[in-house]
Formats: sequence, structure tokens, C-alpha cells
Amino acid sequence: MKDMDDSSVTEDGRTIGGVVMEMKNITLRFGGVVAIKDISFDIREGEIRAIIGPNGAGKSSMLNVISGFYVPQEGDVWFRGSKRPAMRPYEVARQGIARTFQNIALFDGMSVLDNVMTGRLNYMKTNIFQQALWRGRAEAEETENREVVERIIDFLEIQAIRKTPVARLPYGLKKRVELARALAAEPKLLLLDEPMAGMNVEEKEDMSRFILDANDEFGTTIALIEHDMGVVMDLSDRVVVMDYGKKIGDGTPDEVRNNQAVIDAYLGVSHD
Amino acid sequence: MFYREAGDYKVSYQQDSQTFPIKFDRYRYFLVMAVAFLVVPFFVNDYWANAILLPFLIYSIAAIGLNILVGYCGQVSLGTGGFMAVGAYACYKLMTAFPEVSMFVHVLLSGGITALVCVAFGLPSLRIKGFYLAVATLAAQFFLVWLFNRVPWFYNYSASGQINAPERDVFGVIVTGPNAPAWATYLFSLIFLTVCAIVARNLTRGTVGRSWMAIRDMDIAAEIIGVNPLKAKLSAFGVSGFFIGISGALFFAVYLGAVEVGEAFGITKSFLVLFMVIIGGLGSIFGSFAGAAFLVLLPVVLKVVGVDLLGWPTDIVAHFQLVIVGALIIVFLIAEPHGIAQLWRVAKEKLRLWPFPH
Repeated sequence: MKDMDDSSVTEDGRTIGGVVMEMKNITLRFGGVVAIKDISFDIREGEIRAIIGPNGAGKSSMLNVISGFYVPQEGDVWFRGSKRPAMRPYEVARQGIARTFQNIALFDGMSVLDNVMTGRLNYMKTNIFQQALWRGRAEAEETENREVVERIIDFLEIQAIRKTPVARLPYGLKKRVELARALAAEPKLLLLDEPMAGMNVEEKEDMSRFILDANDEFGTTIALIEHDMGVVMDLSDRVVVMDYGKKIGDGTPDEVRNNQAVIDAYLGVSHD
Repeated sequence: MFYREAGDYKVSYQQDSQTFPIKFDRYRYFLVMAVAFLVVPFFVNDYWANAILLPFLIYSIAAIGLNILVGYCGQVSLGTGGFMAVGAYACYKLMTAFPEVSMFVHVLLSGGITALVCVAFGLPSLRIKGFYLAVATLAAQFFLVWLFNRVPWFYNYSASGQINAPERDVFGVIVTGPNAPAWATYLFSLIFLTVCAIVARNLTRGTVGRSWMAIRDMDIAAEIIGVNPLKAKLSAFGVSGFFIGISGALFFAVYLGAVEVGEAFGITKSFLVLFMVIIGGLGSIFGSFAGAAFLVLLPVVLKVVGVDLLGWPTDIVAHFQLVIVGALIIVFLIAEPHGIAQLWRVAKEKLRLWPFPH
């Protein structure tokens, strides 16, 4: 295991810090089905960490464990140097973990602006009585957070649609709004569940640019699941490969690409 | 044509998040408020107050309350009648126990008590949703009516089992009992409606409202991005109960004066307020007003047209009303689930460009 504090510099000049999140021997079962079997890996500050694997490998389950939606039967989650006790998903969010979803989970009845503003919920401290009064503290808080949200909206180039109800938006823009909502939380760790699923090449390029920029500009630590290997190999600093709930590879994109177990999992093994 | 937002620039985020961002809306709002507070009280008479204005004002408060729960937070409730009864009986007990205290205090406290009761009955919402929650709140409706019928303490052991509003005043002006002047009851209710509407708007445009809507639109995602479902749901029940309690207190003390709980606050009342919210528009404050106005005015208009103009028998007209309301509910649910408020929004969008649609 690497030391907590050692930091390194990538070839493109970004600094990768110490370990932010560490999964230790995670096992997750649904009844008799073992979704994740004894997996350990870490995520370091400022890096882009990919989780890949064939369908049903347990990648999304892994993300759900990190975001507190599933509680693993065995193993511990360590976040920022301390073991995370059992907690509800909203408490995990409050610790600074934000995520997007494989199937877009935006709030359809609300405008883009309101959706992104929900990302700021954990920064809103006024109580319901101050909110009812509005003038004063609540209004000031709304304005402060609106400024942060407007910066994110600016960053993701969705200014023109900020007042549009999200139900009216096309798929690619919805994905972008979801990223905006997660970024608005200024997360310490951002989880992206297939951010480029179902996109065309151009949309994928845009999305990749936004992910890299977010990492570069805000220093956001990112863990992502993605099926497009080209994208994964280009974006990520380190890759975890899963198959049937087990970890079969872990390392830089080049190491993973040449790992025999990974090649077997993706291409199959001949049985002669 | 009469609706323009061009040239109405906003230079701060406060201006963008104000209640009426468009200048025209703002002026119209001030005009309506001025007429309601400064003109109507001088012309209102007993017929207008009792047939149209008081029911409209009081049902609007109830509809806003229910809309917060159903329209904004997505928690179905069929217990509105029961919660209004809590407000009414709380008000009655307070009025008889503390005769010298101002009616303002009594009504506000009744709202507070109803909020607590509503939160208690909202607890099942943490586990169940949809139809099952509707049934749980239906249980609240029947339980509360039963309670107020069977426990004599609530109606001060009166022989009839009814509660009667004694004469109470606000700063020397009588607002309850048979001697209350029409303008006083009207203004009293209007003040409560205005405050409730402003509070509802403030809550729904800010953080609290967004967490309610997040729970309504996708509760699992809401929890993962950091909404505490317990807090969001119970605060919606609380605020909703507060408004419904106020409306129940006013309905009893200011409007009816004497109440028999099963008759005034039965299940039909729950459905009536729910219909107001559905027809008016789920998730819209304006819709609550529109729905209340529609369902209060409909019987009056039908009576004027059917009985007075066409000379039909009264009972046929009364039955017609049920048929029309039923048909309208079906039409709205199929054609425009967002109700009158949505029709109004669409009309405004069209009118922005009229008469040159390109």
C-alpha cells in the first residue's frame, strides 16, 4: 500500500495527491448473488479513476457502495483518512461526494437552474422560518449560491437553457445538466456513472472536455464508469477492471491494456 | 399584445428570483392588492361576502396548503377535511378558553396545532407512497372526525355536539359571530390569505421548495444528492398543515359560525379541496387561487343560470353541478394535468407574440 501523503505529478503536469477514498475488502451480496467480491482499491486526490468491466461486472454496484446507497456486508469504506460509519445517502452527499446517474436522474418538473441549484442544498444553512420570511438571510444565501451556480452554468456552456424545464431538453444536454448539478456541490469526490452512454462522437468529445476541465480547473477528484475504451484510456490516470464482481486488474491504462486477465475478460478465452 | 417582457432587464440575481419578475405582472399584482384591500371592503355586502368572497378566500388558503403537500412535495393526502377540523376545534377551544386574546393569535395557534397533528399523520409517508399514503391519510380523515364527535371535551360538552363561534374581536372590530360586519370578516380572511400566499411563494422559490420538488420528481436521486427525505417530507406536511389549519379555523369561526364536524369537515371536503388543486394546477400557487375560485363560483353561476334564468328546479341544478365537476376532473386529468395554471401559462406564451406569431 502506498503512503497516504506521497504525491506525484502526471506527465501533463497535474498533481496527484494522497489517498482520498479507500475501499477495503468490499463484499456486497444480494441474497445469494455476490455482486462484489472482496475488492480493494483506492482513489487519490486530483486523479481521474476509471472503473471498467463487461456488463454485470458490478461497476454500478461499486459506485452505489461509494455513494452510500448500498451497504456492503463486508469491508470498510475509508474517506479522507477515517473509516466511514454506516450512513444514509444524504449524509454521504453532505461529506462531499456527488454523482451522476447512468439513467439520467434529473428533476423533470424543475428548470435547469433549479436543478443545478439543488446541487447546492448542502451549503444552504437558513431554516424554514427564515426561508418563509425570504428578506434578509434567505435571500442573501440564495444570491451567494446562485453566483456559484452561474459559474458552473457558464463553465458547462448551458447559459441559454437555464430557465428551460429539463423535461424539454435533448439527451446530451440533460447529461450535461446532471454534471452541472453534481459539480455545483463542489464535491471532494465526483462519481460519474457512464457519462457518455448513448452519445455521438461529438457529444462524447464535449463531455470528455468538460470532465478534463473540471478536473483541471477545480481539481475535482473523479471516479467514472465508462464503456467506451478509447475515452477511458485517454481520460483516466488509473483504471480498475472488474469482472463477475472480482477485481482482475488495476493500474495505469497501459498496464491494464496489456493485462492478460483483462484481455481474456473482454475478448473471451478459448476452451480447447 | 398586452403582455410584454422585452426591455425588462434584470441586473441582479435578486431581481431574477423575485415573485413577479416581469414588470407587467408586478403592476397587476399591486393593482389587485389595492382593489382587494382598499376598494372591495367599502362595497362588500353580506350576500357577496358569504356566497362568494369568504369561501373563495378560505378555500384558497386550504388549496395552497394542500398544493404544497400534493403539488410541490408529491405526497398525496385525502385528510384535508380532518385537518381543517383540527384547525376549527383548536380555534374553538382557544376562543372559549381565552376570550380576551385577539382572534389573530387564536387562528395562528390553530394553524400551529394543526401543523403538529399533520406532521404526526405524515410519519407514514417516510415508508409508503402513492395510493398507500392516500389510504393512510384517509385514515386520518376518519379518525379525526370520529374523535371530534366522540370526545365531548372538544365541543365543551354542549348538548347538540355542535361548536358555535362566540363573538370575538380584533382590535375592537368584531370578526366572528352573527354580528360581525361583512367587511370585517372579509378583511380578516384576506389578510390571512395574503400572508399565506406570500409565505408559500417564498418557501417554494427557495431551498425548501427545491428539496420538496426534488422529492416529488425523483425521491431516490434526491436523497443521493443530499436531500434529507425525513426533513423534506415532514416540513411539507407541517407547512401544509399550518395553512389548512388556518383555513379550518377561519371556515368555522368566520364563515360558518356553527359547525357539526361530520357535515362540515367530512370526506367530501377533502375531495373538494383536492379537486381545487387538480383543476387549478398542481405545483402552482396561482393554480390554487384559480381552482378555489372555479369551484366556489361554479355553483353560484349554475344557480344563477339554471334556476334564475332558465327556471329549472333547484335539485336538478344541484345534480348538474356534480356531473359537471366530475366531467371536468376527468377532462383535466386527461387533457391538461397541470390545470388552469398551465392553460394560463400557455395563453401567456401565445400572447407574447400575438398577433404576429413569427
